[in-house]
Amino acid sequence: MNASAGLMLRLAPYLSVVAIRFKILLQYRAAALAGFGTQLFWGLIKIMVFVAFYASATSPPPMSFAQVLVYIWLGQALLALLPWNVDSEIATHIRTGGVAYELLRPLDLYGFWYARTIAFRSAPTLLRLGPMLAFAYLFLPLIGLSEWALPDPAGGLSLLLFVCSLGATLLLASAITMIMHIALLWTVSGDGFNRLMPGIVPVLSGLTIPLPLFPDWMQTFLYWQPFRGVADVPLRIYSGHIAATEAGFEILLQLAWTAIIIAFGYWLLIRGRRKLVVQGG
Amino acid sequence: MAQILVENLEKRYRIAERKPGLWGAVSGLVNRVYRDVDALHGVSFSIEPGELVGYIGPNGAGKSTTIKILSGILVPSGGHCIINNRIPWKDRVAHVAGIGVVFGQRTQLWWDLPVIESFDLLKDIYRVLPLAYRTIRDELITLLDLEALLDTPVRQLSLGQRMRCDLAASLIHQPDILFLDEPTIGLDAVAKLSLRHFVKRQNRERGTTVLLTTHDMDDIEFLCDRLMLINHGTLLMDGTVNDLRSSARRVVVDFEVVPALSPEHLALRLDPGAPLTERVEFQVSSQVPAFVSAITAGYPVRDLTVEHQPIEEIVADLYRRLK
Repeated sequence: MNASAGLMLRLAPYLSVVAIRFKILLQYRAAALAGFGTQLFWGLIKIMVFVAFYASATSPPPMSFAQVLVYIWLGQALLALLPWNVDSEIATHIRTGGVAYELLRPLDLYGFWYARTIAFRSAPTLLRLGPMLAFAYLFLPLIGLSEWALPDPAGGLSLLLFVCSLGATLLLASAITMIMHIALLWTVSGDGFNRLMPGIVPVLSGLTIPLPLFPDWMQTFLYWQPFRGVADVPLRIYSGHIAATEAGFEILLQLAWTAIIIAFGYWLLIRGRRKLVVQGG
Repeated sequence: MAQILVENLEKRYRIAERKPGLWGAVSGLVNRVYRDVDALHGVSFSIEPGELVGYIGPNGAGKSTTIKILSGILVPSGGHCIINNRIPWKDRVAHVAGIGVVFGQRTQLWWDLPVIESFDLLKDIYRVLPLAYRTIRDELITLLDLEALLDTPVRQLSLGQRMRCDLAASLIHQPDILFLDEPTIGLDAVAKLSLRHFVKRQNRERGTTVLLTTHDMDDIEFLCDRLMLINHGTLLMDGTVNDLRSSARRVVVDFEVVPALSPEHLALRLDPGAPLTERVEFQVSSQVPAFVSAITAGYPVRDLTVEHQPIEEIVADLYRRLK
C-alpha cells in the first residue's frame, strides 16, 4: 500500500504532463475531422480492392473476409497511433534550444518526453476513434451495407485481450516515436523521419496489406519485427485470427519489444545529451 | 560556507567549421574541421546566501555559459562547482529542484495554455504540496499583478506581461537561488521598473540568492551590491558597483560665454579634440573641490554640476580597453 502510494507520488508529475498535453491536443478537432474523412475514404477503397481479391481467389486465403474487415476498419480508426511522425512541439524545442528548460525540471528527461509522447500518440487517436467506429459499426448496416461493416469481436475474452493489447500498442508506438524524437538531437530537422517512416511503418505494421496475406517466406521476418505490435497484433486478437489462448504471449511480446526499445532510447538519449552539451544548449 | 562555489571553471565548445561555397560543403562531409572555442577560461567566484550579484560582460563573454553550467544544463570541460553542497550537472534532478531560472530570451510557460494552467502544471512537476502552492501562488499573483492575465494563453501576452509570468513561474517551488539571464531584455521602462522592484523585494524579504546577467546598467545600479565583469571567458572584476565607478568625476560647466581656458584646464576636457562651446565637460580624477573653485574663480560660470561617470561609459571604456 505504502509502496504504491510512493510510486504514485513519483509518477504524479509525469501523469500531469500526459494530462495537460492530452488536453491541448484534443483542441485540434479540425485536423481530426479532416483525418477522419481521409481515412473513411481509404477504408472504403481498400474494402473494394479486397472484395475483388477475395472474389477471384483460387485457394482459400489465410484470413477470412470478416477478419480483413476488422483489420481495415480498426486499422483506419487507430491510424494516428502508428509511430510515423514526430511531435512538432518537441522538434521545435530541440531546434530552438528550448531543451534547456526541459533540463531545468526535476524530472528524468526520458520520462518527461515519453509522457508527452504518450499524449501525442493517444489524443489524436481518441478523437478519430469514436466517429470511425460509429461509421463502420453502426452507420454502414443502417444503409444496408452490413457485409462491409465492422464485425463483432470474436468473443468477450477476445475483446478484453484486444483492449489490453491496445494498451501495449500505445506504449510500444510511443517508445518507437521516442527514438525519432531523440534522433532529432543529431538531425535537428524532423523532416527526414517524417518522410521515411510513412513508407516503412504502414507496411511492416500490416496497415497497407494485412501481414498474414504476405507470402510464406516473409512470415518469419514479419513475425519477429517490432512494428507488428503497433497494429497487426491487436487487430488480429479482436477478430480472433490470433486465438484468445495465444493472445497473452503476443501481448508479452509487444511489451518485450517496448522494453527493448525504451532501453535503446535511454542509451541514445544519454549519448544525445552529451552532444547537446557540445552544442551549448 | 558559500552557497555557490565556482573554481577554475572552464568550458570549451567544439564548433564544426565549414569552408564557404559548394566545395566547402562537399569537403565538409568527408573531412570535418573542428575549431575549439574557449567560452570560459578558469572562472572562480563564490556567492554567499542572500547576495544579489550582477554578472555583466559584452555579448559572447561567457555569461550565459556560466549560468547554464550553474543550472546543471551544461557540463564544464574543467574546474569545480558546488551549489548547496551538490555538483549541478552530476546531481541534476536534485539540484534543479532548488533553483529557479529565467532566460529572458525564451519562455518556460506552455505556449498554448492559460498562464494559471502553466503554474498548476509546474506545481505538479516540482511536487509542491497543495497548501504551500496556494499560498505562494496567491502571493506571486499579488506581487507581480498577474490577476488579469491568468486566463490568457501565453502566446497572447505582451513581452512585459510574459516576463512577469515567467518570473512567477520560476519561483513556484520557492527556490533559494534564482538565476536571471537577461530578464529585462526588450522590456519597456515601466515593465523594467516593476521587475526590478520585485527582484529586490524577493532578495530582501525572502533572502533568495540572485545572480543576474544584464546589459542594462540601470538594473545593476538599482539591484546589485556586487558586480562581476567577465570578458573572453575570464573574470576581470569582482567588486562593488562603487569600485567600478572609480573616483573619477564628471564636471559639467555651463559658461556665460565661450571660455578662454588655460592649457591645464583644456587638457582636463572629456573630449580634448572637440571645439569649444559654452558647455564644457571635464573629467577630473582627483582634487575635485580645488578644480571647481579654480573654475568658478577663473571664468564666468552660469551653472556647474559634478556627477559620477555613467556606469555604461565606464563599462564601455573597460570593454574597449580589454579588446
